[in-house]
Amino acid sequence: MATNHSSRDSLFRTFSIAGSWLWLGLFALLPTVVLLLVAFLDRGEVGFFIPSLTLDNFRELFGPVFLSVLGDSLRLALLSTLVCLLVAYPFAYALAKANPRRRPWLLLLVIIPFWTNSLIRTYALILMIGAQGMVNKLGLALGLIDVPLEILYTDFAVFAGMTYTFLPFMILPLYASMEKLDPSLADAAKDLGAGALRTFWHITLPLTLPGVVAGCILVFLPSLGCFYIPEILGGATNMLLGTFIKNQFLVAKNWPLGAASSSVLTLFLVLLAVLYRFTSRRVAANMPLRASRNEE
Amino acid sequence: METLPILELRGVSKNFGTTLALHNIHLEIANGEFFTLLGPSGCGKTTILRIFSGFERPTKGEVFLNGIEISGTPPEQRQVNTVFQNYALFPHMTVRDNVAFGLRMQKRPKEEIALRVAEVLRRVHLASYVDRMPHQLSGGQQQRVAVARAIINNPLVLLLDEPFSALDFKLRKQMQFEIKHLQRQLGITFVFVTHDQEEAFAMSDRVVVMQEGTIAQVGSPQEIYEEPESLFVARFVGEINVLEGRILAARGNGVYDADVEGMPFILHSRREFEEEEAVKVLLRPEDLKVYLEQEKALPPPFFLGTINETVYKGATVDILLTLDNGKKLQAAEFFNEDDGDITYRPGDRVAVTWVEGWEVVLNEEGE
Repeated sequence: MATNHSSRDSLFRTFSIAGSWLWLGLFALLPTVVLLLVAFLDRGEVGFFIPSLTLDNFRELFGPVFLSVLGDSLRLALLSTLVCLLVAYPFAYALAKANPRRRPWLLLLVIIPFWTNSLIRTYALILMIGAQGMVNKLGLALGLIDVPLEILYTDFAVFAGMTYTFLPFMILPLYASMEKLDPSLADAAKDLGAGALRTFWHITLPLTLPGVVAGCILVFLPSLGCFYIPEILGGATNMLLGTFIKNQFLVAKNWPLGAASSSVLTLFLVLLAVLYRFTSRRVAANMPLRASRNEE
Repeated sequence: METLPILELRGVSKNFGTTLALHNIHLEIANGEFFTLLGPSGCGKTTILRIFSGFERPTKGEVFLNGIEISGTPPEQRQVNTVFQNYALFPHMTVRDNVAFGLRMQKRPKEEIALRVAEVLRRVHLASYVDRMPHQLSGGQQQRVAVARAIINNPLVLLLDEPFSALDFKLRKQMQFEIKHLQRQLGITFVFVTHDQEEAFAMSDRVVVMQEGTIAQVGSPQEIYEEPESLFVARFVGEINVLEGRILAARGNGVYDADVEGMPFILHSRREFEEEEAVKVLLRPEDLKVYLEQEKALPPPFFLGTINETVYKGATVDILLTLDNGKKLQAAEFFNEDDGDITYRPGDRVAVTWVEGWEVVLNEEGE
């Protein structure tokens, strides 16, 4: 009876694991591999591509157009990641230190935006920062400004939109790593003569580093590849990586070049994932579960 | 000549919101003393420790360290170090970096730090573990690192917050011995917090028993155990039998004629009692003498009773019995060579008395 039960269990396990592998293989791995293959093919006159191997696509990526797109995108993504980090770190810290009864409500405030599609929220931003938007109306009404500010359709609007949209992705992993932090460690540092600043530098920051890295990856990557925020909020002049890729596929019908630039983005993702594994392993290796400390 | 106490509380009270954690505490701790705060959870002992370390500020009253008022001084500026309950070792640092942390915060030269770290680790028998991470150490070793990390700073006072609670029985005994030994070697004042009376007695020069934010009694372990000033203290530091009595007459010099559970006894006490005053007579199980009723040699006064049960404890036998008036008592007898047979069977008729003068007599307010 028992063996029957456990064999059914293992059957279930086999199926569910095989199921998720199949899903991942079909809808994640296969498209990526196909994309990578297409990146090495030539552009067709009629179809999307013709089956002749070439490195031309990557050569084109090293041209001035793509490099400036990549540079702009990297700069913007880095800037929004940095600002998200600077805003989210104290916020997550306050969240982790908040009264346990108030904490779920504060967390709810972070999560509520997810209930609305981010595309819709981006459109909502237009109502806020447009020439006739709330920000300008309020500024004019209060006499803070004489003419409406030109915020919408600028780089700043894109930056603000990205920071706004991706901030929760920074807060949540930071909060997770801070909540795990044993408060007696900071007490111990103070007890040993470290002031607030040095306690933060030597104890709090190193031990929350996995959260910092995870948050940065979760903000940096979507900022780098995001196309709808720059399309909706940005001006016509500056093209970013996401828009570039989208245009290759949908406008220029140059699938191989789109695939090549998309592969470059994927490469960034892989590199960052490796970086994350490295840092989190380093810290996790030194942070056993609290129960295991008592073992003799 | 009174020497200055190293640590002193003067009229310290502490409120957490509306709850009163400490009420008007006066306490003096002498330099070089092993001093223990003993009490059940919630009695305020940890709050006192946190006031000493600087993590709590008293709502009222003053704290003196070496004669200087420090209640407003933050923890990082006090020459006091703590061994935390769960050790609070920095998980991302090696044993060396953990132990060196305090000296690094003081910006000591590198050579001095290296020398002192090596010396203090040798002292706690961890010299070969400098490069380990905390999670690679056993509980006892982590404990020693926590102690080393604190004493390397040469604190005026070392605070220990229930440091043995995570260790198993055998290791706890060993660490108690090591800590006590270390305290004698270093000559530093240790202030120790525990809820375990046996641990408190084994280690301390003096013990303060706390009860609901107030001091129930301060004294040497022997004073606390043998001369408890209240029923709370008596009960908290061990098993106790409480007999109801009434003073009949005072003979002077602290000797009284009394009626105890209906029998005439002579009681000794340094306390003053009036005639007809109701009293409680406290006796430790090991103070009671139990004899089989057949051994008629026993001079009165004594109680008669019946054995309920005996519990073999190794070195002692616990005897549970009921007096003929219904009162239940617990006695403990040691095995010894001369008196080989101290086993009783349930239902055996026995006579019970105690060595005159070993009783503690409290009035009704001692509750």
